[in-house]
Amino acid sequence: MRLSGRGISCVRGGRDVFSGLDFEACSGEALAVVGANGSGKTSLLRMIAGLLAVGGGSIALEGGASELTIAEQSHYLGHRDALKPALSVIENLAFWRDFLGGEANDAMESLATVGLDHVVYLPAAYLSAGQRRRLSLARLLTIRRPIWLLDEPISTLDAPGAGMFSNLMSDHLRRGGLIIAATHGPLGIAASELPIGASP
Amino acid sequence: MIALAALIGRDIRIAVRVGGGALIGVLFFLCVVVLMPFAVGPDLKLLARLGPAILWLGALLASLLTLDRLFMADNDDGSLDLIVMGQTPLELACAAKAVAHWLVAGVPLVIATPVLGLLLNLDALPTAVVALSLLAGTPALTFTGMIGAALAVTLHRGGLLMAVLVLPLSIPVLIFGVAASEAAITGLSFAAPFSILCALSLASLVIGPFAAAASLRHGLD
Repeated sequence: MRLSGRGISCVRGGRDVFSGLDFEACSGEALAVVGANGSGKTSLLRMIAGLLAVGGGSIALEGGASELTIAEQSHYLGHRDALKPALSVIENLAFWRDFLGGEANDAMESLATVGLDHVVYLPAAYLSAGQRRRLSLARLLTIRRPIWLLDEPISTLDAPGAGMFSNLMSDHLRRGGLIIAATHGPLGIAASELPIGASP
Repeated sequence: MIALAALIGRDIRIAVRVGGGALIGVLFFLCVVVLMPFAVGPDLKLLARLGPAILWLGALLASLLTLDRLFMADNDDGSLDLIVMGQTPLELACAAKAVAHWLVAGVPLVIATPVLGLLLNLDALPTAVVALSLLAGTPALTFTGMIGAALAVTLHRGGLLMAVLVLPLSIPVLIFGVAASEAAITGLSFAAPFSILCALSLASLVIGPFAAAASLRHGLD
């Protein structure tokens, strides 16, 4: 499959953030969106995810499931972790598995992979920022979707966590997945860079 | 179907856990109704005459009190983004959230009504009629209130604004709810206002989810 954007522009609050942006990513490829703060990295990811109206230009997916939209084939990992503090770790994960539907892996197995198998029944309110992020990663593993849209995925992870996550991303790419990540640091996988905004 | 059941189950579970606020509405209802006899004074006839109106006002205010968090909490923690991105149509997801809200905030009001009717010197029959009219009318309050809740999400800190937006929509529900309830006391026709009340609920059941979903889609940011 091939995800591409042509001549995308973004206007936020009356200000031109970027315009005329082209990008392209195929199965098994990772695209790292790099740019200064406020250059529109998050806005671009949200446009691809269908959460923000595309200002101009177009985003198209070729070779995916034709009856599904891009959003329905994508995982979006934003700044906010979409966790309910009152629910336990497994309840949070099981809810998203049931709500998002589609092909699913075993939730407990995913929790073990991200290193949360010792806090399965702990309410999410007691998780640290890094653990919350790990739980979000477990959502990516549990529900199989080919496109991963990641916004600063490793900002709160410790060094072993970041290593674990780059392995997960490599596995995802090897299975024919597609990753677009907004990042300031290195992702730990081979990725082509998409500079965005004014070059420094 | 699994997705909607999961959404309803999650919202109910969050509401009944610590800090969930399932009881806030019914406690507020209790406060309003308990204070009323003290304000009106020791006139039992007047109290029984005002009873249905007081119960309906209390229920209306209680449901407004808890509605503004309907989408706000999901918006704050990013869950709303994922709900919008899901394969479940947003209209159905909105309807599921409203059903969950009605189950944890509306049904307790109906259950509390017989107890609170005692405080207002209402006989068994008028109390039962009020409870029945609340059962028929509270879905309308939830589903019209949902439209305001969805609008409030897009305008940050729109809590009070939601009440102002929703109030005009809930006035017809209040009028026909009280009219149906008072039929048991005054002996006027019960069927006509009660049918209109049911119609209001059914109409809001259809219109509410579409309006709320449209508002959420438009306001996504």
